[in-house]
Amino acid sequence: MIHLPVALVVIPLLGAAVCVLFRRSFIAWTVALAAAWSGFAISILIAVYIMKIGTLSYSIGGWPPPWGIAYHIDYLNSFVLLIVSGIAAVVMPYARTSVNYEIEEDSQAYFYCLLLICLAGLLGITVTGDAFNMYVFLELSSLSSYALIGMGKRRRALTAAYQYLVMGTIGATFLLIGIGLLYNLTGTLNIHDLAHQLAVNNIIGSHNRTLLTAFAFIIVGLSLKLALFPLHLWLPNAYTYAPSVATIFLASTATKVAVYMLLRFCFTILSGGFIFKLTLGKILLIPALAAILIASMVAIFQYDIKRMLAYSSVAQIGYMILGISLATPLGLSAGILHLFNHALMKGLLFMVMGAVNYRIGAVYLNDFRGLGRTMPWTMAAFVVGGMSLMGIPLTAGFISKWYLVQAALEKGWWPVAALILIGSLLAVIYIWRVVETAYFNPAQEMEAESSGEAPLSLLLPMWLLVLANIYFGIDSSIPVELAGRAATLLLGGAS
Amino acid sequence: MNWVGHYNYWVVIFLMMSGFYVVISRGNMIKKLLGLNIFSTSVFLLYISMGKIHGGTAPILTDNPNQVYSNPLPHVLILTAIVVGVATTAVGLALVVRIQERYGTIEEDEIRAKDDSL
Repeated sequence: MIHLPVALVVIPLLGAAVCVLFRRSFIAWTVALAAAWSGFAISILIAVYIMKIGTLSYSIGGWPPPWGIAYHIDYLNSFVLLIVSGIAAVVMPYARTSVNYEIEEDSQAYFYCLLLICLAGLLGITVTGDAFNMYVFLELSSLSSYALIGMGKRRRALTAAYQYLVMGTIGATFLLIGIGLLYNLTGTLNIHDLAHQLAVNNIIGSHNRTLLTAFAFIIVGLSLKLALFPLHLWLPNAYTYAPSVATIFLASTATKVAVYMLLRFCFTILSGGFIFKLTLGKILLIPALAAILIASMVAIFQYDIKRMLAYSSVAQIGYMILGISLATPLGLSAGILHLFNHALMKGLLFMVMGAVNYRIGAVYLNDFRGLGRTMPWTMAAFVVGGMSLMGIPLTAGFISKWYLVQAALEKGWWPVAALILIGSLLAVIYIWRVVETAYFNPAQEMEAESSGEAPLSLLLPMWLLVLANIYFGIDSSIPVELAGRAATLLLGGAS
Repeated sequence: MNWVGHYNYWVVIFLMMSGFYVVISRGNMIKKLLGLNIFSTSVFLLYISMGKIHGGTAPILTDNPNQVYSNPLPHVLILTAIVVGVATTAVGLALVVRIQERYGTIEEDEIRAKDDSL
């Protein structure tokens, strides 16, 4: 039990080394699968422990917290840990078939290696309680994701990865400046010690310039990483041209972890998120609403369906930030809940893209003609994922949209609630285009050998997520409970 | 306020802005990476300036308890950040090499023209 938090990071890192040592695709996949599943098992153990005890601290190398690096886990971390490691555990069984198809034989081992390093980085960001350590893990996961995206088959994957590298590095450097200014102000890097020092020395109350500058840098840097609306330009290309498995994994985890970092900095360090009540809530509200409206509208006009889903991701990130920017217990828990639900539905939808790509070779709108008949199970999965994205009752997406609308109404912001609903209607339009093409258009008269249902190894993980989408839409008690507790914890300092 | 005494911070700001400008304005991918490097190096200088204490020596344990020494922590942090910067540059350059192989150019406008013509 004692060493579980650090094992979360160490296991995938060691696994990555083993992948490169053996270089054989099958061995690398087995190692990656074992690492991902053990990570998920550890996350569940930690979550059970957290639900009983509350928090879990671990000092690396036995150095006590303000001096050494400490891992600190509470309700919020353990929830994000479950999302990240859970998605990794579902993606790995899917990866074998898809990677065999999309990546050349000799570089498959490297692909799994990069995937594990990325996983280690994301889990590291989530467990660590040290601001600088967070930056290092963020760069670890980002660097591996640049390489993952660059492994896409088409040459545009390379330019997409390059663009992401430039923007991601600027974002990370901004974060580094912000952390440096915070260190200058307080002389500590431990997140809880930072919060303590800021409160004790009355830096928060005095409208300190350095503090505001630091947070300006941190928030812009993180907004780049989490692809908040005007800073999202790297995302559509990166998600479109990356290999399917990389897209599934990154779309459902990487931006979520960046949102988690935003929560950590703004609510834990500035106890109770006073900066949100000051101005930031309104500053972030506008890009969030713009993301919901504009990105959804752009999604309607995309012919590459993977690209359409990427724009829809930008819109969904808008929903999360919208919930957070309300800074009320209800809004915050809706935002956190949407992290989880969005991971479920986007993971599922991109898995469908991977399966269609496996059978047809491309995912343009035209390629979906007649797929309702030739690939019934895959398209049924798409329909469920799409319904979840729109927020239709009995799917997971409904729960978080419901809480979001309630949170907006609680504040009396009718126009915001209306915009949330309009965003859902726009989602109906772009999902319906695909469903219509798949079910009501005649099949292409194409060579019979390439058509047919996706193999079972792709369908099983996909349907696992379908069931999860439906299950968490009917019985949402577990995620709602965890998100609610995380929200009260984050706002706890305010009362 | 002592403007001249903080000259290293002015250097930091100058480097940061010029690096950032190069990243935004240049279309050549290698030049962009150079700009990115200048940009991140300025942050290294920012951290190192923070750790400096006037009249302080290197942080080595001596018998004299009144020894004034610079704060070693920002310096150590920046060692890590330098490693991250080197890795970023390596990945970036590797991508540029692959782009040159596949496109035959590393100018962004020419690449865009080639993508659009397909």
